[in-house]
Amino acid sequence: MSTESLRIVWIYPDLLSTYGDRGNALILARRAQLRGMPVEVLEVRSDQRLPATADIYLIGGGEDGPQALGAQRLIADGGLHRAVAQGSVVFGVCAGYQLLGTSFFAKGTRCTGLELLDISSDRGPTRAVGELAGEVDPRLGIPYLTGFENHGGRTHLGPGVSPVARVTTGVGNDGTTEGAWRGKLLGTYSHGPALARNPALADLLLRWATGIHQLPPLDDTWADRLRSERRTAVAAAARA
Amino acid sequence: MPLRAKVASSVSRTAAALSRAAGRGDGSVIGGWIGLKIDPDLLAHLSAGRAIALVSGTNGKTTTTRLTTAAVGVLGRVATNSFGANMPTGHTSALAKAGSTPYAVLEVDEHYLAQVLDATEPHVVALLNLSRDQLDRAKEVAMMAQLWRAALVRHPDLRVVANADDPMVVWAATPPADPARGHVPPQVTWFSAGQRWHDDSWVCPECGSTIQRSGEQWWCTGCPLRRPQPQWTVEDDGVLDPTGAWHKVQLQLPGKVNLGNAATALAVAAEFGVRPVDAVSRLGTVTSVAGRYAQVDRDGRNIRLLLAKNPASWLEAFDMADVAPTLLSINARDPDGLDTSWLFDVDFSPLRGRQVLITGDRAYDLAVRLDVNGVPFQHVRSFDDAVRAVPPGRLEVIANYTAFQDIRAELDRVN
Repeated sequence: MSTESLRIVWIYPDLLSTYGDRGNALILARRAQLRGMPVEVLEVRSDQRLPATADIYLIGGGEDGPQALGAQRLIADGGLHRAVAQGSVVFGVCAGYQLLGTSFFAKGTRCTGLELLDISSDRGPTRAVGELAGEVDPRLGIPYLTGFENHGGRTHLGPGVSPVARVTTGVGNDGTTEGAWRGKLLGTYSHGPALARNPALADLLLRWATGIHQLPPLDDTWADRLRSERRTAVAAAARA
Repeated sequence: MPLRAKVASSVSRTAAALSRAAGRGDGSVIGGWIGLKIDPDLLAHLSAGRAIALVSGTNGKTTTTRLTTAAVGVLGRVATNSFGANMPTGHTSALAKAGSTPYAVLEVDEHYLAQVLDATEPHVVALLNLSRDQLDRAKEVAMMAQLWRAALVRHPDLRVVANADDPMVVWAATPPADPARGHVPPQVTWFSAGQRWHDDSWVCPECGSTIQRSGEQWWCTGCPLRRPQPQWTVEDDGVLDPTGAWHKVQLQLPGKVNLGNAATALAVAAEFGVRPVDAVSRLGTVTSVAGRYAQVDRDGRNIRLLLAKNPASWLEAFDMADVAPTLLSINARDPDGLDTSWLFDVDFSPLRGRQVLITGDRAYDLAVRLDVNGVPFQHVRSFDDAVRAVPPGRLEVIANYTAFQDIRAELDRVN
């Protein structure tokens, strides 16, 4: 950790906050606080400089215009690149996931991404809307991924990254894989408050940020019930 | 009215009556659907000869329509779609059922505003607000504002009554003139109804710059878009009209948001020549609206129903609710939107210190949200369990759309 407190930056909530994206910052802060860690959450708007010394950076979802604008401003700012070079954690969701890659499509044109992940995104034939689930890369050491997706993009992974999960329900990157990660950078199409349904993923980001390998367990009764209810609902929909 | 329209109108009324008699609903959709099958221009025919007001926006449509209907009622009979059936089928059914009336006040789903403007050629349209709602299928906020904007320039004689506090609405209501294409911006009367929810208007829809706020003022930092001076405003427990006269408003509906809706209703009625002093007492006759704000006594509990469909309306509901035991019920069926992500756009902390119960299809999503929010709660399996779990006295019920309808059904479809 960079200072005594865990510093979480929510990047550009004025542009990239469409589906309860605030939830991920709230969940990380809550889970750190319950373990006695002091936490600071900074909301950095697109007309402000991005601090390069935070521990975790969150980028949320957004429409084409704000996505393209957000990528431009992040490239011009340079703070996120410096933070990544210093070992900070980055968690990108949906549009925020795509813009971490080399390129993405917005408003019909190819836009340059931040080139932090070896991925590129283009438009799919249909919009992917609905439940998303997958079996997670065992190296991440967390149980199955569950979420909701709503995007028109398809994402192609280069050799520099690994998929987060193998899709069992929904589309994700391309109907086969979902998300991408390398080092302490991770992106997913599970949009909005993705960590609400995946507390183990939240703890993974906290472990990456703090270097603490054994975090004290928390009472996840409600999240566990939610996960199993969603799993049952997805299975029932598949049979119907 | 052409013969075909007469037949269509008559069949529409009959179908609606049959649907009601069969217990299949209130008939406000099926009647219009059949009528429009027989005569696709039926809505236009039924609108001809009436002075019409449309009311649209993300939140407050149904209530504002009721209040406006009461206010315009000073002048004579008013047709209205009071069951909240707010698409063209509902409008057709409402007008067919009402027969000949000099006036009509119609609630319009924001997605259908352009179409209904064309069909009904109203005298005035009220634009309330635009915010995120059912994002897994609804149009994005900026796109909706653009659709409104494009529609408004095609009706040069239209009067617009619009919310000065919502940047998206202000932008939609002020399209540029384009004489070459015959586009004339409408005449706008501005009201201020307040806006608790700001998270969909940080970015200017005109130029993409940041929108700044200070107190009730807002302005774009990159272009001239800014809050217009409103002619109608809420002050204390009343409404200031454009002449500077203040009218005390005594509503039976709770919350500041309904005072804003009352100001809007008076502003719309004024476009028909209704003086606020004549209309204001009629606003107090509106009690509940399709079950919203309804109060039911059961087993010593006074149960009040509040509908909250999206983040902006949840914030308003917390403001309206008494500090009393509160049941929250969440579903995610088709009419609600299948995505529950918006729960994290709502700050539930105003509920701390109240007894909170949760239920509904998606109670677990809500449970996780409340847990993160530090709001203690108890999960109950049914509405009856909730009633049993609270002491005698007020029980506030806040629910989203189908959850609200489920509870209303438990209470014998209270209106």
